[in-house]
Amino acid sequence: MSKTYYSPTHEYVTVDGNIGYIGISDYAQHALGNVVYVDMPEQGDDLEAGEEFGAVESVKAASDLFAPVSGAVIESNEQLIDNPRLINEDAMANWIVKIELTDPSELDNLMDEEAYRAHCEAEKH
Amino acid sequence: MEELRKTCLHDRHVSLGAQMSPFGGFDMPIQYSGIVEEHNAVRNACGVFDVSHMGEVTVTGSEAEKFVNYIFSNDVVPLHDGGILYGMMLNHEGGVVDDLLVYKRGENSFLLVINASNIAKDVAWIEEQAKAFDVNVENISDTTGEIAVQGPEAEAALENILGIPCKELTFYTFKELDYEGTPMIVSRTGYTGEDGFEIYATHETTRKLWDKLIESGKVVPCGLGCRDTLRFEVGLPLYGDELADDITPVEACLSMFVKLDKPEFIGRDVIARQKAEGAPRKLVGLELMDRAIPRHGYEVLNADDEVIGYVTTGYRGISVDKSIAAALIETKYAVKDNELKIRIRRKTFPAKVVAKKFYKKSYKK
Repeated sequence: MSKTYYSPTHEYVTVDGNIGYIGISDYAQHALGNVVYVDMPEQGDDLEAGEEFGAVESVKAASDLFAPVSGAVIESNEQLIDNPRLINEDAMANWIVKIELTDPSELDNLMDEEAYRAHCEAEKH
Repeated sequence: MEELRKTCLHDRHVSLGAQMSPFGGFDMPIQYSGIVEEHNAVRNACGVFDVSHMGEVTVTGSEAEKFVNYIFSNDVVPLHDGGILYGMMLNHEGGVVDDLLVYKRGENSFLLVINASNIAKDVAWIEEQAKAFDVNVENISDTTGEIAVQGPEAEAALENILGIPCKELTFYTFKELDYEGTPMIVSRTGYTGEDGFEIYATHETTRKLWDKLIESGKVVPCGLGCRDTLRFEVGLPLYGDELADDITPVEACLSMFVKLDKPEFIGRDVIARQKAEGAPRKLVGLELMDRAIPRHGYEVLNADDEVIGYVTTGYRGISVDKSIAAALIETKYAVKDNELKIRIRRKTFPAKVVAKKFYKKSYKK
C-alpha cells in the first residue's frame, strides 16, 4: 500500500516499502505553467533531504527541486527528457526520480495530503 | 519598498484570471492562458498587450528639435511629421540611460516613449539636460494608457474597431486622431518582431478600446511573459538585460542607431572611440546542443573554464525549438561558431556563438 507525502517546497514522494517516487505536486505544476525542461539527477546519485537535486523549468523561470527525503537514485524518468509537458498533464503520475530511501523516519517531517492542501491554501493568501 | 502601481487596465487583467507579477514598479499580467499559447497567437494571428506601464514624455518649445537631438543617439532632423525613430539616451560614459522611441508630432514637438522601470530616472535626466535649452518637458505617463496589438492579423483586427484605414500607416509612422472625442495616437510599431500597432490614449479610451478588442474575439490577451519571449527571439534588447547604464550601444550591437555624423550629443565621444577601436565586450547569440536552459546572469566560460561573460536573456525558444541565449562576452570570443560553455547549476554545457536574431522578423514595410 503506497502513501504520498509532501514537502513545503511542493515536492511529493510516493512511498511503497523503501522505494520512493519523487515529483512536483499538481499545485506546483499549475503555478509554474508550461514545463519545458526537467533537470534530473543520474542513476546512483545520492539525494540529501532538503538539498537541491535538480530543477523544473517553465518558459519563464527555473524552479529548483529539493529532496523531500534522502536516498539513492534508482532511476530518473527518461520520458521527461523529450516530453517535459507530461508534468503539466499529470504531475502525480509523472514522477521525476525513483529512489531507495535511506532513512524512512524522515517521512515524519513531511505533510500528508490534507496538511499539504492547507499549506497551499495558506500560500495563496 | 514602494507600493506597486496599477495600470488603467488592472481590473481587466484580474477578471480575466491573469497571473500578475511586479514589473517596472507595476503589478502587470505575466500570462493569461499560458506563455506558449500567447506567443503563438502573436506569431500566427493576433495578440493584445497592456503596455500602459510604459512612460511617455512630451518635449516642445523653440529648441525642442535641437534638444532631442542632443540627448538622443539617433538623428531626428531628417524625420518627417508622423515619423518615429528608435534610439537611445546615452550618459557621458556612453552607457545607455534608456532606449526609447521618438515620435515627431510637428515642428519642435516630440513624444518620447520610455521604459516603465526608468521613468523616474529618465525624467530627472531629461529635465537636468533641458536646463540649457528653451524647451518644455512634460511627463504624461500617469495619464496615458497604451495598448499593443501585434501579429499578422493586427491590421484587420484594429481597422474594424478604430474605423480608420490602418493599412495606410507604414512601418514606424503614426497618426494622431480624435477617437470618440478624445485624442489618440496610433503607430505601426511593436516589440514582438511581428507586424502590429501601438495605441496611446487616455485611461478611459484605453479601457474602451481594450474591451472592444477583447469582445471582438479576434485577439488573444497576452502578458509580459510572451512579450519577452517574442522580442528575445528576434534579437530586440530589453533594458535591464541587454542594456544598462554601463553597457554601450557598441557593445549591445546597436551602433546603427547612433549617428556620429550629426551635431554634438551626449555620449558621442565614447561611441566614436569604441566604433573605431572596438569595445571590450560584445553581445552575441548562443545556441546550446542540450535542452538545458540558460537564464539571465548565468556565467559564460571559455574552453579553459574562465568566466568571459554572462547570459543577458535565455529561453527554451518557442518559435525556435532550441535552448538559446543572448550573452555579453569579451569581444575576442565573439566569433561566429566559436565553442563556449554556459554554467547551468552544477554543470557546464557547450554553446556555440550564433547570430542573436534567432527568428526572422516579419514587419510590413
